[in-house]
Amino acid sequence: MWVWLHKFGSPKYFYNVSGKILPWVGGATVLLILVGLYLGLFASPADYQQRDSVRIMYIHVPSAWNSMFIYLVMAAAAAIGLIWNIKIADIAAAVSAPIGASFTFITLVTGSLWGKPMWGTWWEWDARLTSELILLFLYLGYIALQSAFEDRRTAARASAVLAIVGAVNVPIIYYSVQWWNTLHQPQSLGVGMSTIHASMLLPLLLMALGFKLLYVTLLLMRTRTEVLERERNSAWVQELAQALSGKSSSDQVRSSNEQR
Amino acid sequence: MNSADFFHMGGYGLYVWGSYGVALAVLALNVALAHQHQRRVLRTITRSARRDRSCA
Repeated sequence: MWVWLHKFGSPKYFYNVSGKILPWVGGATVLLILVGLYLGLFASPADYQQRDSVRIMYIHVPSAWNSMFIYLVMAAAAAIGLIWNIKIADIAAAVSAPIGASFTFITLVTGSLWGKPMWGTWWEWDARLTSELILLFLYLGYIALQSAFEDRRTAARASAVLAIVGAVNVPIIYYSVQWWNTLHQPQSLGVGMSTIHASMLLPLLLMALGFKLLYVTLLLMRTRTEVLERERNSAWVQELAQALSGKSSSDQVRSSNEQR
Repeated sequence: MNSADFFHMGGYGLYVWGSYGVALAVLALNVALAHQHQRRVLRTITRSARRDRSCA
């Protein structure tokens, strides 16, 4: 396990292995989201109280789960980078922030679009909504702090502290519907206590898994790019670049020959 | 269900399609930007590799 972890921490090994995994993860993401959308929009019934507006749930809830999940991954990766000085972990944390901010933004907007017809208001300063808004500000603060330093090491260290301290907000969001009296409905899912019918649960879980894999896809894509950029002077990237440019320049020669 | 009903969403069309539209737009933008960045970096490193070779 440790050997494997150490190997995976090496940029070259990561680049090669992630390149092989990426098409499969990407394919699974598309498949899950398409099936989830079909079930959510066509095959599942309308709610007896909320009617068709309940379909917003299939976007809102998976986004909300992702917004918290990605924050925890980001904080964990930042902590690993801070403690063991592992470059890949620093990169993973840095590239997770805009993805997490995107899901948080989607959560807030879809929640607002769901709240208007159901609660009669776009926004309410209650615990669940406010703590989710703070999560968006934490992501944005993290991104701003990352870009405030010239030196990447310093940027990673400073923003890691923010990410770790900010992680306290995640349980606050999660338990806010139990701790405080809020407008937001309590959760209907949990181990052995789901209060949601299978015809709605299945599309919800498919979309949730699809969104998780979409995060993994984006994480791998962005981390690979960052690795190449930061390692561009190392021998293995030079070799890769030589191979790629050799291929494309011989393609150019071939096509110009064909034109003649 | 005919297609007019489907887009109407029992009167919640604006809210439902608004939600799906925003999510699609934001997530598609994420994929597009990640892809674009990757291509730009690959182009930069292959160009410098070609330059190195022509100098050598």
